[in-house]
Amino acid sequence: MKEIRIHARAGQGAITTAGILGYAYFSKGQFPYAFPHFGAARMGAPMNAFVRIDDKPVRLRSQVYQPDYLIIVDATLMRGFDCYVGFKDDGIAVVNEREGMDIPKPRGKQKVYVVPGNKISTDIMGKTLLGNTVLLGAYAAATGQLTLEDLKKAISERFADKGQKIVDMNAEALKRGFEFVKG
Amino acid sequence: MKEFLEGSHAIAQVIKSCRPGVISAYPITPQTHIVEDLAQMVANQELHAQFVNVESEHSAASVVLGAEATGVRSYTATSSQGLLLMAEVVFNIAGLRLPVVMTTANRAVSAPINIWNDQQDVMAVRDSGWVLLFAESIQEAVDLHLQAYKIGEDPRIMLPVMVNMDGFILTHGMEVVDMPSQEEVDKYLPSYNTTYKLDIEHPQTMGYLADPDYYLEIRYLVQQTQQELLGIIPQVAKEFQKTFGRESGGLIQTYRMEDADQAFVAAGSVCGTIRDAIDELRSKGRKVGLVKIATYRPFPKDAVAAALKNVREVAVVDKSVSLGGFGPFYTDLTSSLSFLAGKMPKVSGFILGLGGRDIRVGSIHDVYEKLGGKQVDCEFIGLKQELLAETE
Repeated sequence: MKEIRIHARAGQGAITTAGILGYAYFSKGQFPYAFPHFGAARMGAPMNAFVRIDDKPVRLRSQVYQPDYLIIVDATLMRGFDCYVGFKDDGIAVVNEREGMDIPKPRGKQKVYVVPGNKISTDIMGKTLLGNTVLLGAYAAATGQLTLEDLKKAISERFADKGQKIVDMNAEALKRGFEFVKG
Repeated sequence: MKEFLEGSHAIAQVIKSCRPGVISAYPITPQTHIVEDLAQMVANQELHAQFVNVESEHSAASVVLGAEATGVRSYTATSSQGLLLMAEVVFNIAGLRLPVVMTTANRAVSAPINIWNDQQDVMAVRDSGWVLLFAESIQEAVDLHLQAYKIGEDPRIMLPVMVNMDGFILTHGMEVVDMPSQEEVDKYLPSYNTTYKLDIEHPQTMGYLADPDYYLEIRYLVQQTQQELLGIIPQVAKEFQKTFGRESGGLIQTYRMEDADQAFVAAGSVCGTIRDAIDELRSKGRKVGLVKIATYRPFPKDAVAAALKNVREVAVVDKSVSLGGFGPFYTDLTSSLSFLAGKMPKVSGFILGLGGRDIRVGSIHDVYEKLGGKQVDCEFIGLKQELLAETE
């Protein structure tokens, strides 16, 4: 079983991100359980989304406390809060770069990839809306858990009703995130 | 077909395939996604139903009461304060013998205000005459809605059915769900036809005054029907399994009880976490199992007694509490087991997870550690002593 913890603020698309990850694992025949946990239940408040993945249906319904993988959508959450709490010794984190934010150093065999998600998104569309998709591409490259194709399929499914242009821009964001990590 | 779906969306889909004629609801977290999706389906004309927008849950319940009284399959959903506001009508729907189906996305009750999951809300209408089912997974929640109409609309039954699914954990969780096709649902659940309806061709009265000469018998008949359900619900689950190939619902389900000498009793999504805890305990040689309450009303008294008769010790996990009394499941279980007299196992009651306090495998181990010790009837697990100290 693998566990992913996403740190974001309510409204930053963490649930959609968890859903896309879950869908990608599902397409590979696995059994993901993706779910949110709201803190103050207000736009902008810190919240988590989680994905738990197994090769049989997941029964465990608690939050994720010892994540294998971390996705930090908003690095400002790392100010005054330890987003690495419980992070596995050999865990992998993908962090959305934020100017002026020092990203805490990993411990032991942990790996942390600081990815310019918002910058790449702005390159593609002039807005930061694709930041999470860049992180997903980076996640695939950093963890080897999913291929770019797995995620592309999930994106095409998830954004099908938003039109081909949105799907294409997301596919580009995935690719750029993937390449950023792969180098 | 297997899909990866959010719980609320899966419920909206399965309700759509049940072809209700009238849906009425008022939005409340964490139920909202279900009725938003249904409203969208009606607006898109994918679902040919009347979606009645109302100004409160009291009205939503009244609308489905009225619709069902004209012989139309109806649906509503709510949570927490919404269910409390509905309460008056909820009792009427059962008293009028109208087979409405309602989803309760279980949530804590105010005050203090709390949007997160526990199972306190349903307990406010526990005694209303509704059939109360509890889902462990999104799949089971989907399946129970199909069974709910099947059970409630049975001419021998004619009672409303509530499917309880844990708020957020199941309503906002996404997992792999095997969704029945429209053809499968049409075959399993034919359209609803009843002669018990308000019809000007065949006038009849519903909800007349029952004075002291009649009231006792009418309540007795509801109780009788609830007792008959103890035979019918397992048949419905069996038939469902034959049709869809899955075990869902029934009165109880058991896990690793074959040689168990200790057992947990619980309902809803926490049963999944308990199953994981049991596997850990079993790997250390502890003979422990789970009896899951899938049907809470009628209470499956004989089924739980049969499942627990060879067990030495029972831990009841309640996610609600009758303040001043005990956990509701604990009360029902101890009453049911009292017939075993001298052979009754030692039963302890524990309160967990109120207001969304996360229940981890470790929380279940904490309960397990209490067994073997002093028998308790209503012990809260996971209290933060430092918070309690502040009130002193």
